[in-house]
Amino acid sequence: MSTLAALARLRAVRTGTAQRLATVRHCHLSDRPMVLIPLRMAGEAAAPLAVMAGTDPARPRLLVVPQPRDRDLRFGFAAELAGVLLPYIEGMQKATETVERRGAEPYERSVDAPQIIVPNAGSAAFVRMLGRSTRFRRAEGPYAVHPSVPTLGRWLTYLGQRAQHPGSSLLLAATEALSLHWATGQSRLEDANLASLVGWIDPPAGMSGAQAAREAEDPLVWPPAGPATDPGFDNEVLAPAIRAYEETRSERAAARVREAVRSQLDPVWRLVWRAVGLLEALPAAPGVASRWEADRGSFSAFAAQLAEGAPPQPKRDGAVGAASRLARMERARSSYDAQRAYDDALVMAEYRLTGEAFAGTVVAAEPDRAEGEGRGRKLRPLVTVRTGDPVRVAPGTRLGTPQRRGQQAEVVSVAGGEVTLKIVKGMGRGASATPGAVPEVGEPVCYAALLEEFQPPPALPAPEDTPWTHGGPPPENPPEAESSEEEWS
Amino acid sequence: MSAPGVPAAEEAGAVVRAVLDDLPRHRGVVVDSPPGAGKSTLVVRAAGHLAATGEPLMIIAQTNEQVDDLIVRLAAEQPGLAIGRLSAGDYSAPPRVAGKAAIASKLPDLGEPAVVLATADKWAWAAGGRTWPWAIVDEAYQMRSDKLLRIAGMFERALFVGDPGQLDPFSVVDGERWAGLSWDPLQSAVAVLLRHNPGLPVHRLPVSWRLPASAAPVVSAAFYPFTGFRAGTGPGERRLRFTAGGMRTAYDRALEEAAASGWALYELPERHTVRTDADAVRAVAVLATRLLQLAPVALSERGEHAVGPERVAIGAAHRDQVAAILAAGVPPGVTVDTANRLQGREYDVTIVLHPLSGRRDATAFHLESGRLCVLTSRHRHACVVVARAGIPELLDAHPTAGGVQLNVPVRFPDGWEANQAVLAHLAEHRVAAAPLS
Repeated sequence: MSTLAALARLRAVRTGTAQRLATVRHCHLSDRPMVLIPLRMAGEAAAPLAVMAGTDPARPRLLVVPQPRDRDLRFGFAAELAGVLLPYIEGMQKATETVERRGAEPYERSVDAPQIIVPNAGSAAFVRMLGRSTRFRRAEGPYAVHPSVPTLGRWLTYLGQRAQHPGSSLLLAATEALSLHWATGQSRLEDANLASLVGWIDPPAGMSGAQAAREAEDPLVWPPAGPATDPGFDNEVLAPAIRAYEETRSERAAARVREAVRSQLDPVWRLVWRAVGLLEALPAAPGVASRWEADRGSFSAFAAQLAEGAPPQPKRDGAVGAASRLARMERARSSYDAQRAYDDALVMAEYRLTGEAFAGTVVAAEPDRAEGEGRGRKLRPLVTVRTGDPVRVAPGTRLGTPQRRGQQAEVVSVAGGEVTLKIVKGMGRGASATPGAVPEVGEPVCYAALLEEFQPPPALPAPEDTPWTHGGPPPENPPEAESSEEEWS
Repeated sequence: MSAPGVPAAEEAGAVVRAVLDDLPRHRGVVVDSPPGAGKSTLVVRAAGHLAATGEPLMIIAQTNEQVDDLIVRLAAEQPGLAIGRLSAGDYSAPPRVAGKAAIASKLPDLGEPAVVLATADKWAWAAGGRTWPWAIVDEAYQMRSDKLLRIAGMFERALFVGDPGQLDPFSVVDGERWAGLSWDPLQSAVAVLLRHNPGLPVHRLPVSWRLPASAAPVVSAAFYPFTGFRAGTGPGERRLRFTAGGMRTAYDRALEEAAASGWALYELPERHTVRTDADAVRAVAVLATRLLQLAPVALSERGEHAVGPERVAIGAAHRDQVAAILAAGVPPGVTVDTANRLQGREYDVTIVLHPLSGRRDATAFHLESGRLCVLTSRHRHACVVVARAGIPELLDAHPTAGGVQLNVPVRFPDGWEANQAVLAHLAEHRVAAAPLS
């Protein structure tokens, strides 16, 4: 935890209300998000009990498996869920725009993308798990399922994996999105309880955040937001209802399970929409649009793959696939960190506290200074900044600045509250600097050791050229086919 | 383990010969080298040995500094060997490399040198369909396996050399999804290599020429519990004495303890602090200043010499701590750096800010055994550790609690255990800090 976040938490304890960690919203919020709350049968890794889903707060769809141990019912439920989710996803693919690229073919990108909002990280993990249990199923052969089930599985897997991509907003966990913007007076573990987190941020009238959070700990008032259900509810309400269904298989018994589950999900449904409202009230950060653009591009690419009949995502990444995913995620992580700091003075303040960034006023500038002679002459303007921040960047470090995106400066010296910088990138290619590219004396500036660099990583070998150090080429037909026989699915 | 009675030089020489003999017989050979065990010497000898066969050789190191160091040593010990160095466009060669190697940013511009050196990153860009019969991968335990994946297609056979006790490679993203895969990209190059090729020979250099007799057993037991090594020098062969008079302050007593025994723990009163603990930072800076004021003279198998600032280093866990120590005023010439950057370097005396000093919690980062191993194994004579009291209690309150993942090989040493072992030894050399004014 950063010093600033620790301070915010202490303040939250003292004042009884959550404290802001960000001045702007760092995640995209769709105009038409789909809220999805999955519940799991206790004691089973991949047995769905119910899902409440929908894009309209007033009209939730409730899908229930009256006997989660029954696999036919389970995959019937998956087909029903596909009926809710796939039209929403496919609707997003209709309107596209053509994106021109330098040195590559233009491609089609959807103008919007689906956004699934789940209550917490556990629900996001369960979405992945549901995808894992459905994407290898087949519409024919033994244990055949409805043809929409494997498609649903691929989409759930895609969304679940994309959620791990730094800065992506296709699948958001409400608790994590809120924790990114607010600090509460409770532990991070307690923050995973959506009801108490929302209690801290937005307590009912006449109550402090701390009181609301304490109230939220009562599962009778605020049932858990899933995927696990309250054990008391399991024992006293759910288990007898499921047993009754097991014995009679009647519509009435199914309705009893349904109503029991609804009693647990209704409050959570309202809660997630409240969380959406809280996030909506924050103005979006400038970087959100470009990250959502990347999300849309990724979404369109996956939709195209699916349309071309690509096989389901493998159970595990191969050697080359793992390395390339890691490289993509690392680049996304560093540019996400940089963008958040550049977009938000409060996030930048954390870096200023650790000395990785500083803000101050320009006290001297040599905009036309150059190094080298003749053809090797390079423009290298010098800027000296006076700052009261505890600067802890070593000479030679590359810095970026929120005032001039794309510009890079190198630290020349740090002494007595003055930092001298050499601008090395983004000041124009001419003999003298582009007007306005070099800050003038008296201008307030901020520099940080955070770069939005986009240098692509060096190429990886093709999977069939995997070298001997990494096990050689993978077998051609991975044994995924017998998945319908998997014991647990 | 070391064979009693056999002279250290003989024992080490036998291992080097066995490595060279194994080279043509196997696709890959791994050499584990504890701190200061002559890893670079081995690389230089193997390079000369392979170059003598007339076949071209590529050498892969991890940082530009390591590449430059190797060039200097190769040029000195293998005169006549044509050396090429691949580098990025904005690299400027330091003076010590000048004239010793052809430098270019593209392979064809180098001509036909017998040996070409570059960092792993640079090699990954240099791929051009050419295959090399031989490669030497230096600091292979510091190299992430995805880097090896990018370049492993370039060579047919390779010698992997590195120190298994140093810091593991890391990433800013969570790699849990790959845990347990034999090609986990976050594992070290050697770990992945050996999981896919379990039959490759693994040799161990048995003697640390750097660590004194006071340090080798401590470091060996704490960080290399199953593959121990010994010091190349005996007790009393390395001595450190001060030629200026001391002042009997706590600082001077800590330095005298370190000079006499090889270790000292300068212990500040227990307190939870921010990472850049002002008192600890000041203590580190004052210790460095006082050390040089005491005009230390080192006596070793290399003879007697005055210890100047260039032979003293200060190590810390985090970059902001390094910056804070620099800001607190350190004698000019003294190296101050993080554990990551001190890897592979050697000094006469080191001063270490303990990674767990003043902390409320012991995270995986701070418990990583490699971090403490690097910090406590850079010295030829003495090591002074600065820490707040209460670290053993902190460790007791934070047992290793990570989940167990299937197919992930158990790693030794355990960071928690290693930390306790080092602290238990340091407790015998404790000097309480002077009360703060």
